[in-house]
Amino acid sequence: MTSIPLIGEAVAVAAEPRLAGAKIGVVTFPGTLDDRDAARAVRLAGGTAVSLWHADTELGDVDAVIIPGGFSYGDYLRAGAISRFAPLMSKIIDAANSEAKLPVLGICNGFQILTESHLLPGSMIKNDHLKFICRDQTLRVENANTAWTVDYTDGQEIIVPLKNQDGQYIADGKTLDALEAEGRVVFRYVGFNPNGSRRDIAGISNAAGNVVGLMPHPEHAVETGFGPEVGLSGSAGAPRDTDGLGFFTSVLTKIVGGDK
Amino acid sequence: MTTETTKKFNIDTVEHAAKTPDTELPWAELGLKQNEFDEIVKVLGRRPTGAELAMYSVMWSEHCSYKSSKNHLRQFGEKVTEEMKKDMLVGIGENAGVTNLGDGWAVTFKIESHNSPSFVEPYQGAATGIGGIVRDIISMGARPVAVMDPLRFGAIDHPDTARVMHGAVAGIGGYGNCLGLPNIGGEMVFDSVYQGNPLVNALAVGVMRHEDIRLANASGKGNKVVLFGARTGGDGIGGASVLASESFDDTKPSKRPAVQVGDPFAEKVLIECCLELFKGSLVEGIQDLGAAGISCATSELASNGDGGMEVELTSVLLRDPTLTPGEILMSESQERMMAVVTPENIAAFEAVMDKWAVEYSWLGEVTDTGRLIITWEGEVIVDVDPRTVAHDGPVYDRPFARPEWQDSVQANSFTGSVEDAGRPSAPSELAAAVTELVASPNMCSKDWITKQYDRYVGGNTAMAYPDDAGVVRVDEETGLGVALATDANGRYTYLEPYQGAQLALAEAYRNVATSGAVPMAVSDCLNFGSPEDPDVMWQLAEAIRGLSDACMELGIPVTGGNVSLYNQTGTTPIHPSPVVAVLGKLDDVARRTPSGWREDGQAIYLLGTTAAELDGSEWSNLRGHLGGLPPKVDLAAERALGEILINASRDGMVDAAHDLSEGGLAAALVESSLRYGVGARIALEELMERDGVDLFTALFSESQARAIVSVPRSEEVRFKDMCTARGFAHLRIGVVDAAGGKLEINGVNELSLDALREAHEATLPKYFG
Repeated sequence: MTSIPLIGEAVAVAAEPRLAGAKIGVVTFPGTLDDRDAARAVRLAGGTAVSLWHADTELGDVDAVIIPGGFSYGDYLRAGAISRFAPLMSKIIDAANSEAKLPVLGICNGFQILTESHLLPGSMIKNDHLKFICRDQTLRVENANTAWTVDYTDGQEIIVPLKNQDGQYIADGKTLDALEAEGRVVFRYVGFNPNGSRRDIAGISNAAGNVVGLMPHPEHAVETGFGPEVGLSGSAGAPRDTDGLGFFTSVLTKIVGGDK
Repeated sequence: MTTETTKKFNIDTVEHAAKTPDTELPWAELGLKQNEFDEIVKVLGRRPTGAELAMYSVMWSEHCSYKSSKNHLRQFGEKVTEEMKKDMLVGIGENAGVTNLGDGWAVTFKIESHNSPSFVEPYQGAATGIGGIVRDIISMGARPVAVMDPLRFGAIDHPDTARVMHGAVAGIGGYGNCLGLPNIGGEMVFDSVYQGNPLVNALAVGVMRHEDIRLANASGKGNKVVLFGARTGGDGIGGASVLASESFDDTKPSKRPAVQVGDPFAEKVLIECCLELFKGSLVEGIQDLGAAGISCATSELASNGDGGMEVELTSVLLRDPTLTPGEILMSESQERMMAVVTPENIAAFEAVMDKWAVEYSWLGEVTDTGRLIITWEGEVIVDVDPRTVAHDGPVYDRPFARPEWQDSVQANSFTGSVEDAGRPSAPSELAAAVTELVASPNMCSKDWITKQYDRYVGGNTAMAYPDDAGVVRVDEETGLGVALATDANGRYTYLEPYQGAQLALAEAYRNVATSGAVPMAVSDCLNFGSPEDPDVMWQLAEAIRGLSDACMELGIPVTGGNVSLYNQTGTTPIHPSPVVAVLGKLDDVARRTPSGWREDGQAIYLLGTTAAELDGSEWSNLRGHLGGLPPKVDLAAERALGEILINASRDGMVDAAHDLSEGGLAAALVESSLRYGVGARIALEELMERDGVDLFTALFSESQARAIVSVPRSEEVRFKDMCTARGFAHLRIGVVDAAGGKLEINGVNELSLDALREAHEATLPKYFG
């Protein structure tokens, strides 16, 4: 295990104390970028973030795992194609498929790693417009029953930042139909499809609902003043910069058990 | 890695050189002048070896030695008061300056040019510009936390501009996004003067605890010298000496091979690996490899240290085993660092390298001989006093004189010129003029660029483009943060270089203060034409004099920067373009002031006074005119305005603030309205009466030391009292109107925000897809 160097110390938050016992592992690969952000999101939601290193051979006693965004191994091959073979990944795959159904969230590059690992179906190719895109994206929560979405409601619209180069989700028609039929399309782009993803799919889950992957970055919408409003032009009204926090409170609540 | 191939070289040793004084050497091809070569022979007391010649040629290049600007740059170190030095922890001369932020925090930032490579090969040129400046920041012991990119391209409709623009933006994005550094702002200017010489400048900022500050010096006899990161290849040979220190001329062969090629993933790993080295205090001195590669790193480390250094060049890990010693010394392969490590720390150092899978090789050690000795399989190929390579290069007192054409340019005012005919005055004409202005190449929305950059990564970005300054949080517990802005106006500086450079500083200062931050330090990137042209040399000398005087008056020191000369095609130089970056401090970034208003009914105040100053303005530029004198500089007023904006932010008296600069009040009103899609009702009659200007001038003049703010009703009295007490002109010019979806200005036809936004945002996509 390694410690992720942080700028500044952890923020003290007035979250439910009972959540603090839940440990969420955040994996760092060479080239991971949003690991500190994911750890901060866990802390702001009230949980305890644990740094995991790709070369570790044991998962330790974490209750859930986040595979954060970035450019692991530079994305020089297919995004996620090398990371998928990291020693820690086989442990994560086993734990996700086990009886205990370890909750796993893959964000952006993490989503790509999850599809490369076959924990989730389909794949990501270059955005249809061929450019990197960074924008504040509206999403619709299509399934509020996964480990990472129970604090949302079905049909709820949220705004979280999106930033990617290879974000176009593709899968064959049969797979897409199955995902839709089984309620495994968890998030859909609303208003604007930023990368040409099939059926506006922004995120999906496995059949059990413990593994969720999405291209947008909920960990960048967890703190007032540092979320989607930054650099945004053209939206009137109150800032919506903590819409992503629900991902993290969802899994913490699920781990701790019972109603909030 | 010694291979069969490398062994085959006929090595020009020091011994051989001493015996063969008459051997012809390719010093001219390497960019040296006859007098410089003669000086090398004098310094060494013999002819240089091939390897020594390679080292001197790159280190004595304009780019590395500052030989034409050094005599003038001294002013930045001389015009400094004790008060200004108070927070400067590391000043000019190191990889980047360091400023004290308080609470044990320090910040380091620097701006640099990567102009020539970005024209030859825009993607790699711009990408490695980011890479290089970021390594400067790491070398100081800091974690890089953000980047910015001031860009200047040729005419927007010139066919070659799209090539450079697409490549440079994709390169900055491709490299910066992959490093995990938010891009928080920059500039974008189109002008045909930059057609063959685009300016791609890059700024990086990093933060550290005081105890983590590292310097580039090799001290302690017996300490080991290690090179780590990417392998050394044949890319970028002659980047600094041939590419960045000569004017472009299309009669010469392509200089593409002189451009470095970047690997952002390798750099990201290098960042994390260096931070882990610093955390464990495993390095005594560290230097990044940029321009002049190993030549620079070895000679600077040895020159800054207290002894000498001995290095075995065949220990360098190579990508291409056929490289000659001279090429290895000159290569500008990216993502490399050199460090000095004590023998006790070798094992721990290697463990960090292994953890991050970074390649390294031990090259030699620090000695006490005062000499830099480089061997090739044990045979001495370089034996020099490192100071003569790194610090005691040639210095030129280049002749300079005020150009003969300066008077006639200054006499040619826009007002009353042919281009000024039909100046808009009717309400419909003024509405059309405002729309034309905000859709124009320099004033249009830069979203096309900024949406290709990650502004969120790190989770500490509190403000980014299109606000006046980029703001990054440093300490999550206290909210301590920094604000940064870069500015330059090549047209102003062309009209009057002394004043133009001061105006660049004034605007960057104002932008930082507008965000609520207290300006603390300056970094500058001086982009000019050939110093061998006395006209250009005068522009450079005047700009440095102006900038250093203004820094003194505003009380903020220059902590570092870069000079980029020879930005000219044939005999035509670019407009003198001193790009000035100002860094400010916010005790709590939660108090930052955004540029757009949001709350219905808030009062809009204009701070400062407006004169008829249209020369050099964006409006005159749109009409194809460049002449007259730039707006007046009033640094006392800038300081007073800054204090008002900072206090207003600290005490919660304003909810929005936007500085007035290019495009004047018209541009500011539109930008503040479009920021959150909230309009305003504006009446300028009182302003016109007070300042004696017409409506057109009120809207389009670029008078300095002005800003607009939106003030909550509850704070209006307090805010007015503060301005009055400080004797600063302030005038209520309107009110925020959240419901209307329009910008209404008395005497100007109604402007719908939808139409303004469409005009503002359509320009870049129209030209660049």
